[in-house]
Amino acid sequence: MGAHENPQPQDAVAAPSGPGRRRFLGYVVAASTLTVAAELGEAVLAPTPAAALVPSVPGPAEIYDLNDMLTHAALPTANLITIRLDPDGTAHFALPRAEVGQGITTSSAMLVAEELDLPLDQVRVTLADARPELLFNQLTGGSNTTISTFTPIRVAAAVARGRLLHAAALELGEALGTLTAKAGVITSAVTGRSLSYGELAEKAASVTTGQVSVVLKDTSEFKVVGTAQRRIDALAAVTGRKQYAMDLKVPGALPAMVCRPPTINGTVRSVDNLDEVRAMPGITDVVRISTGVAVRGRTFGQCIDAVRALQVTWGPGTAEGESDDTIREELRRAELPLPALDLLTKSVDARFTFHFAGNSALEPNCAVADVREDSAEIWASLKSPITAQEQIALSLGLPTTAVKVHVTEGGGSFGRKLFHDGAAEAAEISRATGKPVRLMWHRTDDFRHGRAHPMSTSRVRASYALGQVLTYAQHHTSVATDFGHGVGEIITAEAAQLPVGDLTFSETIFTLTQQTPYNFGVVTQLLSETDKGFHTGSMRNIYSPNVRCAQELVVDELARRMGKDAYQFRRTFLKDDRARAVLDKVAEGGAWGRDMPAGTAQGIALHPEYHGYVAVLAEIDCRPETTGRKVPDAYTGPRVTKVVCAVDVGLAVNPRGLQAQMMGGIMDGIAIALSSGLHLDNGHFLEGSWDNYFYTRQWNTPPELQIVVMPPTTGKPGGAGELAVAGAMAAVACAYGRATGTMPTTFPINHDGPLGFEPLPTVPPIPASPTDGLSRAH
Amino acid sequence: MPEHTFILNGEPVTVDIEDDVRLLWVLRDVLGVTGPKYGCGLGVCKACTSHINGKAFNPCSVPVGDLAPTDEVTTIEGLPATVGKDLHPMQEAWLEYDVAQCGYCQPGQIMAAVAKVRQVREEGRDITEADLDEIRNVCRCGTYHRIREAIVAGAKSQEAVTGTKTSCGRDPGR
Repeated sequence: MGAHENPQPQDAVAAPSGPGRRRFLGYVVAASTLTVAAELGEAVLAPTPAAALVPSVPGPAEIYDLNDMLTHAALPTANLITIRLDPDGTAHFALPRAEVGQGITTSSAMLVAEELDLPLDQVRVTLADARPELLFNQLTGGSNTTISTFTPIRVAAAVARGRLLHAAALELGEALGTLTAKAGVITSAVTGRSLSYGELAEKAASVTTGQVSVVLKDTSEFKVVGTAQRRIDALAAVTGRKQYAMDLKVPGALPAMVCRPPTINGTVRSVDNLDEVRAMPGITDVVRISTGVAVRGRTFGQCIDAVRALQVTWGPGTAEGESDDTIREELRRAELPLPALDLLTKSVDARFTFHFAGNSALEPNCAVADVREDSAEIWASLKSPITAQEQIALSLGLPTTAVKVHVTEGGGSFGRKLFHDGAAEAAEISRATGKPVRLMWHRTDDFRHGRAHPMSTSRVRASYALGQVLTYAQHHTSVATDFGHGVGEIITAEAAQLPVGDLTFSETIFTLTQQTPYNFGVVTQLLSETDKGFHTGSMRNIYSPNVRCAQELVVDELARRMGKDAYQFRRTFLKDDRARAVLDKVAEGGAWGRDMPAGTAQGIALHPEYHGYVAVLAEIDCRPETTGRKVPDAYTGPRVTKVVCAVDVGLAVNPRGLQAQMMGGIMDGIAIALSSGLHLDNGHFLEGSWDNYFYTRQWNTPPELQIVVMPPTTGKPGGAGELAVAGAMAAVACAYGRATGTMPTTFPINHDGPLGFEPLPTVPPIPASPTDGLSRAH
Repeated sequence: MPEHTFILNGEPVTVDIEDDVRLLWVLRDVLGVTGPKYGCGLGVCKACTSHINGKAFNPCSVPVGDLAPTDEVTTIEGLPATVGKDLHPMQEAWLEYDVAQCGYCQPGQIMAAVAKVRQVREEGRDITEADLDEIRNVCRCGTYHRIREAIVAGAKSQEAVTGTKTSCGRDPGR
């Protein structure tokens, strides 16, 4: 397996082959019950060499991608993750990452169970508080969690297992070699006597901290890793017992909301009726803060009423007067020229526009904050909690150590929780009121003032001759993406060693994430950015869904012009056999090329990222009887009727979880291709509810969905969280182009059509809740 | 302050609060029942879906003053008791199909599914693709396909537990 061919971490004992290649150093930590640790951070996969056709020099992202950078950035930080074994036989691990639905608490528990030989249901995984000593290594992003923790978690678990075996040998007075560990019990092959891990937990504890060498299991010995497991938090989720930030019962933390400006980043000039609003039922506080006017009260319902009652005079924002059209012009002016071609060279030229999109999770921005004179405590779902801790400490004028940041379970992220907008605001309100608060953004605010994926254009020029693609140039131009959540720090530290030269942060991220999986001769992909007036952030991928969707559409067009089948064309030009394998899988499973009625079509696309490959085959129905189907207060439009997806992440720790990630990514891809965008109009976004922002709903869901997890190829996990979005968006766009006979160039494709909703007012900034709920009970 | 009494998960409760405060906030902020989630406060996302007298409804859109002392409100916390078990068959189906990702919308999804299945049973038919298409609950993680699978499976066992005929207007099993 590939695991044996990969470089090992620096602390591994070198050996030519066999178990030595799997030997690592972990730690036993001084504690009253068995506590073990391992360093977080590991080496990366070697690149697979490319060959064939008019070979393209591998792009930087193929050799060294964002994920590698995240992994490497962690190497020099000698930080420890620990596993504790309790006398009740349970193992406890505080994961320094955010669980926002990706299933990483489950996959991490599986790694512990595997190497510790403990049943999965006896492994408890919680989310670690912000740990400043981890430096870069508490960022959940770039689909990096499993890649960066795969070895360290197993090392710690293996140390624990070794200690338990030693303790059992002493306790039973038998030779170590006669003992076997299985399902949390150590048994002697000679006498048949056994001891449970729980009985050994205290006896195996150490009074000193010291290094221990361990050998990890070979992938062929895996009994848990690679098997389909259900989520460890599923029962809590389906019973309503799973606790998110707004469900926590922090003493005195009453609901708080903010009255926000009518335009993005508008400012408070004056408030006319502060005292009147302070006297409203249930309201305890009304205070001006940097982002608006905050209210605190007994219930969120009363806070909504208070926000609506506030009479505020607002100053202009940072996108005043801007609309989709003005930003599109701004982007065009910022576009870098494409390389000129001589007149005889045939080329495909295209320009794509990707509108703003909202990365709102279903759980809106929210946080609990209790700020005291000389300390603060924050509870929120945070993917970059150290950055949150440092910046909140700075704004409160407190030392970092005086700010305790608890990472709570998150109700989705999609890029949103890389930032701590809710936590920062909650801290400011708690400071201003002198009381604990439970801050939540109204849904309408979450769309209009929350982070958005920036609007961008992609210009592509691909030249071809004699059955070969000679050049491929793609210039992506985007409203600036905010990376202020901590990746910047990593780049600062690492940039000098990267093969990307002297680029800005965003250009570096772009170069480290974007790759062309095809042999298209001379390939250039560039990013330029403009306009910093918006709250932006990544959205379940940074650039890939848009950049790769444009590329896959151009691939379809190249195939058409060169008289080739879209699948066979891709197959021929793909660089990597793993890519070809997933593509073949969906072509076969989805019956590529089957006869379909006019107005319906298949699309096929491939996407490589973070050491993984996904292929998606989508079927779409664009016939009038389908696009015109009626659902009240909804956008229906073209229906994706079937999706077949094949994914190769190298090694799927939990294939069932991986399928779930693909399913979610496919729903996102369908949405950003067909229906979900934000309309910028005169300085604000028009969308203010889930019936305005058309994320995929049941009536858009493909009735047929098949997700194939490929057998292990590399023996090491690749990234999974974001992989399917780009593949699905591209396949749906290609299917749409084939069904309608026109390559789509504006996304989502419904953006320039009639607005599908009546925009909510901007003053007051949030709507009242309906009162007719009983008459609508069904 | 006005007093309001209704039945919550089988027990009568009384709260002191203004008439127009929506029930969602009475449940979450006053009574500490946090299974129903906030996703919009507009009756759109359906994350707070619960049952009133056996029918699906959205507490974010009901002033507490609209409730009568005899009204039975069931949240996800009280769902298992309606069938006298630790878990309702629909919750079991959700576990079987490993539906939840972040889980935030799932209490509302399950409550909507139970009511949907009950509705089609009352109409004397099986659940169809068209019925599934009508479910409005937003899942931003995109678990829609597993939700569909779980509802179809859960419908079968829900029928086994509650019988094909369910009493109209009341949670079965009470």
